[in-house]
Amino acid sequence: MPETLPDNSVGLVTPKTQTFETPLALDCGRTLPRFELIYETYGELNPARDNAVLVCHALSGDHHAAGYHSLSDRKPGWWEAAIGPGKPLDTNRFFIVAPNNLGGCKGSTGPASINPETGRPYGADFPIVTVRDWVRSQALLADALGIAQWAAVVGGSLGGMQVMQWAIDLPERLRHAVVIAAAPKLSAQNIAFNEVARQAIMSDPDFHAGHFYEHGTVPRRGLMLARMLGHITYLSDSAMREKFGRELREGRLNFGFDVEFQVESYLRYQGQSFVDRFDANTYLLMTKALDYFDPAAEFDHDLAAAFRRAQARFLVISFTSDWRFSPERSREIVRALLDADRAVSYAEIEATQGHDAFLLPIPQYMKVLGSYMRGVAAERAS
Amino acid sequence: MSLRPDFALISEWIAPGSRVLDLGCGDGTLLRHLRETRQVSGYGLEIDDANIVRCLDNGVDVIQSDLNEGLSEFFDDDSFDYVIMTQTLQAMRHPDRLIEEMARVGREGIVTFPNMAHWKNRLQLAVGGRMPVSRVLPYAWYDTPNIHLCTLHDFERLCEEKGLRILERAVVDAGHRKRRLAALLPNLMSEIAVYRFTRA
Repeated sequence: MPETLPDNSVGLVTPKTQTFETPLALDCGRTLPRFELIYETYGELNPARDNAVLVCHALSGDHHAAGYHSLSDRKPGWWEAAIGPGKPLDTNRFFIVAPNNLGGCKGSTGPASINPETGRPYGADFPIVTVRDWVRSQALLADALGIAQWAAVVGGSLGGMQVMQWAIDLPERLRHAVVIAAAPKLSAQNIAFNEVARQAIMSDPDFHAGHFYEHGTVPRRGLMLARMLGHITYLSDSAMREKFGRELREGRLNFGFDVEFQVESYLRYQGQSFVDRFDANTYLLMTKALDYFDPAAEFDHDLAAAFRRAQARFLVISFTSDWRFSPERSREIVRALLDADRAVSYAEIEATQGHDAFLLPIPQYMKVLGSYMRGVAAERAS
Repeated sequence: MSLRPDFALISEWIAPGSRVLDLGCGDGTLLRHLRETRQVSGYGLEIDDANIVRCLDNGVDVIQSDLNEGLSEFFDDDSFDYVIMTQTLQAMRHPDRLIEEMARVGREGIVTFPNMAHWKNRLQLAVGGRMPVSRVLPYAWYDTPNIHLCTLHDFERLCEEKGLRILERAVVDAGHRKRRLAALLPNLMSEIAVYRFTRA
């Protein structure tokens, strides 16, 4: 427990909730009669209302991107590394908005919310939401906050996909798009990993076809397995070797199937702690949103054609040891932006940590992001 | 800070409003200058981490990539009016291929490189019997990035072999000033060569 909070933290923060009473039509053809988005903000919106930055979260992220909810919090928000006074997303310059996505499990309307039509939790009946749906709902939040145009929309991984969709769908509503550790669409391998994760959850007897809330159960084993699998894809081979090697917990082989290697212990811990803070139905929805993401599809599978609609300037960032969304995938994005004659900068960050690198305060990464964002702030001031 | 003289020279060759690609763009000074004085648009390619950050500080669009991998991953034929490469050719693994790539991607290529046949270099090798070290070539033989040094004659021969047409040649000294003697005996008297070329 931190006695005092670090000077370069946004400090104590309190989430807010925005309720939308108008129905939201979704890509799947269904409509949400009403919905809520929970979000946090850091920094101050200036009088011109032109210094707002939207931060989009990844698969297991949420609206708590920076700061602490109480002095007893063990950990700050998920992007404390980048958000705060004097940090790349400088709260002295920017008004930062971080929502929890629709379908989430941290306060925005999702599978655990009450379905107004039945009076019971949605569970498996919650509609499958897409990245485009998220962009639509985030735009409604921007309307509610009086933000006509974001100075920048920023996100890593699945968050980076939302950034691209923003730039394509609502081009006049953002000046800069920062796409980190993302891909223009998932590969067959990416989808395969997601499918194994879904099967793990859905084959858990406690899942009850998604209606486990009513059964008073949680598909712990399935969700834990899904998270363990996910974690393997977030780390690089070398990061795992460095962190765990073949270390044995008890220093000897026990000729059994209990935890023996440190890496097993780590994965089980990650899986178990995830179960306590995440919802299995939300996990299913998030992986589907990933699988479906393909902004080029409606432009005859021509990503450059999709980006020709964009007006924002782009910064694309990748990490050398990321094999989930490798630098090659980011270079596909860059290539399409170049073909579309868009303004784009691209940095390939030397990092050993794999996909997880996008959450870490790697010096070159923070310098690149900081320099770019200073430019965003300066342009606004001029 | 005043502009590097070879940058000033190159600027004179660039038509206002054109599209420019700068290979090995360093901190983005040239692109920024061309944007401010010639209203050009375009990108820099750069490999060095610190220079990427400096380009972003300069507001220059920069793509981090290795020129030794060529340009085909990012650029179609005729994507730019000019493809510029200053003092980088001699450090490339395959200068011949990169010159061809420049001519493919740009309507015109502009390249500058140190002239190995400059009389000072000749003197150091002929009389001193040592590999030349100078203001333009400051490295010892064992740690130089300049692995493919050439002379004006060599470069012109390469262009001929590759079917490239030289549109203009400027020869300057280490201060990047034009010298009358260099114009008379270019291969002997110029320390740095500046060429503008295109597909024949």
